[in-house]
Amino acid sequence: MTTKKEVISIFVDNQANVLTRVAGLFGRRGFNIDSLTVSATDNPDLSRITIVFEGDEVGLAQILAHTEKLEVVRGIYPLNREDSLFRELLLMKVKCNEENRSAIREIVDIYRGRIVDLSKESMIIESTGAPEKIDGLMKMLEDYEILEVCRTGVTGILRGWKTAPEITDL
Amino acid sequence: MKLTGSQIVAEILLEQGVDTIFGYPGGAALNLYDTLYEYKDRIRHILSAHEQGAAHAADGYARATGKTGVVFATSGPGATNLVTGIATAFMDSVPLVAITANVSEHLIGRDAFQEICITGVTMPITKHNYFVNKIQDLPKALHGAFRIANSGRKGPVLVDITKDVTAATMDYRPEYTPEEKEIPASIDRKLLKKIADLINGAKRPVLYVGGGVCASNAEKELNQFMELAELPVGYTLMAAGVVGADNPKCLGMLGMHGTIAANKAIDRCDVLLALGTRFSDRVALNPAKFAKRAVRIQVDIDKSEINKNVLVDFSVISDIKEFLQQLLPLIQEKHRGEWMEEILEMKKYSGDSKTSDAMLHPSEIIGILCDNTDKETLYVTDVGQHQMWTAQYLKHNHTSKFITSGGLGTMGFGYGAAIGAQIGRPEKRVIHITGDGSFHMNLNEACTAVSQNLPIITVIMNNQVLGMVYQWQSTFYKDRHSQTSPQRKTDFLKLADGFGVKGFRATTPEEFKAAFLAAMQETGPVWIECMLSKNERVLPMIPSGGTIEDMIIG
Repeated sequence: MTTKKEVISIFVDNQANVLTRVAGLFGRRGFNIDSLTVSATDNPDLSRITIVFEGDEVGLAQILAHTEKLEVVRGIYPLNREDSLFRELLLMKVKCNEENRSAIREIVDIYRGRIVDLSKESMIIESTGAPEKIDGLMKMLEDYEILEVCRTGVTGILRGWKTAPEITDL
Repeated sequence: MKLTGSQIVAEILLEQGVDTIFGYPGGAALNLYDTLYEYKDRIRHILSAHEQGAAHAADGYARATGKTGVVFATSGPGATNLVTGIATAFMDSVPLVAITANVSEHLIGRDAFQEICITGVTMPITKHNYFVNKIQDLPKALHGAFRIANSGRKGPVLVDITKDVTAATMDYRPEYTPEEKEIPASIDRKLLKKIADLINGAKRPVLYVGGGVCASNAEKELNQFMELAELPVGYTLMAAGVVGADNPKCLGMLGMHGTIAANKAIDRCDVLLALGTRFSDRVALNPAKFAKRAVRIQVDIDKSEINKNVLVDFSVISDIKEFLQQLLPLIQEKHRGEWMEEILEMKKYSGDSKTSDAMLHPSEIIGILCDNTDKETLYVTDVGQHQMWTAQYLKHNHTSKFITSGGLGTMGFGYGAAIGAQIGRPEKRVIHITGDGSFHMNLNEACTAVSQNLPIITVIMNNQVLGMVYQWQSTFYKDRHSQTSPQRKTDFLKLADGFGVKGFRATTPEEFKAAFLAAMQETGPVWIECMLSKNERVLPMIPSGGTIEDMIIG
């Protein structure tokens, strides 16, 4: 069975230790988390965790079933590529000087990123977008001296009218 | 009514119908135990020698009575000593509520004396756990604990309460809240029909049953189903006893030390129906080749068990009793002459063996136990060779008879569990079968059996070695017996005497029978030490990862 990157969205009770319970479960069951984001939702009692991991179809069903069993989990669903929108934020510090500054700026513009901090020797680039776009920007900037990279990890939502609670069956 | 946190704990225990708990006091638990003093007429507390023993006792109590077991412990070492007991209950899906006291809130996170984050420690081995540092959260946590422990796939829950909460007060109106019954998910009719068609049309069907059958009390339905459709049944260790040993359709235990017939039948079958079982590595030794010719159907209450170890063709998420009740009307009466003939032929070969120079063989011990006890007897084992011999030779008839640590394989489980079983079932005879290795781990609980005056008969199969590992070393490690021949000089008769236990020793079947009959007359705990050969092996055996072709037969 082929493995691919899977993205799942989990609604959890907004209380202490929830992240440990979810992340610990993934670790115990042998799933390697590529990225994980936790954030508030419009409901103060609930938080949303978005996890990206490598898995196959059986593995995905397994981890969904295991996670669903956690007492703190209120809802869980996979976000498939076709129906979902993924976004990630990048902050990247690049070494630069007067000579290459505008070249870097050009690349950043093409990727619709922004330069949010500038010093004589460096700049910080901010970019939001699908993970592939961020990857693309980073690839283009490989020719320059990258000092530090910060990515938030993926957060995702279903496209269209459908919202999470309508999706009951996994 | 203003109650302290400790009183709320006691009141909620009573609400939940708990009249017996197991445990061990300590500094952080002082308030809890002070309240237990106040409630001693209504809540019986059994003091163990060690918290691990108390946890196993609560587990054994739950397995013997079907009620949720409750164990108390103090903070730090008290709580960590419960860990093996909680893990044992987790692996065997036993409803257990562990209540631990922690240091006061103002000391939390400061590495205070006897402080440990037990919710962190037990996260992977509980269904859920609660850390209560505000009295307002206490009733919800305790109610939640009992609900979770005893619903769906059962298991342990831990509630850790800071000492200040056990002393704080709040308004609490003790009221009986009826247990929330989970609504069973409806079973898809089309799928049910499909499964019935597969069973009805099968030439060589086999039922593979596990602990879920016992947990849902589905023995009656299972036996009806088995008789109606003439279905051979192989069971796991956790389901030993769900079908009568004398029934021609009973294949016996499956897996590593299972019968030749059970393992052959699984290999030969064309339709496999797995009920409340998880295709563990001790049963599906080679998951890729398990029931490889069959259409595989799995029914389990826990969705995460589906396709976990062995991929199946059809699956139903359901309580087993519920499933069988719905399936039965669709099942045709069948006589499968040819298949049954094949089964009976397989059953001719037992594959066990007896070391030629031995005076006393495990099968003789278990045989004498069976012949001199009734069906109501509760059998409790420790873990190792004696456990497998008991599973193999006991003429199981009813499920509640057999209490054993299946999933975790906890050596030292037996005595505590036997104590819990006897406390919960005072009217029944409890027989605890152990080995010299397992018994040495937790035999300190003898003092509990003595102080409670429990007539538990402990049969110690003493072969002077850590037999199961010794056997593997003999078979797979060229007789390099590393650390399995401890050269202990323990005199079990003297030790028994020291504890205030009646002791016997047997070297022949005749001596064992005489000792056992005498033990049955005793009103307090008894040990019978049985001298066995260290070369006795548990057979047949399929090595890990092997198939029926790799079976080692005596």
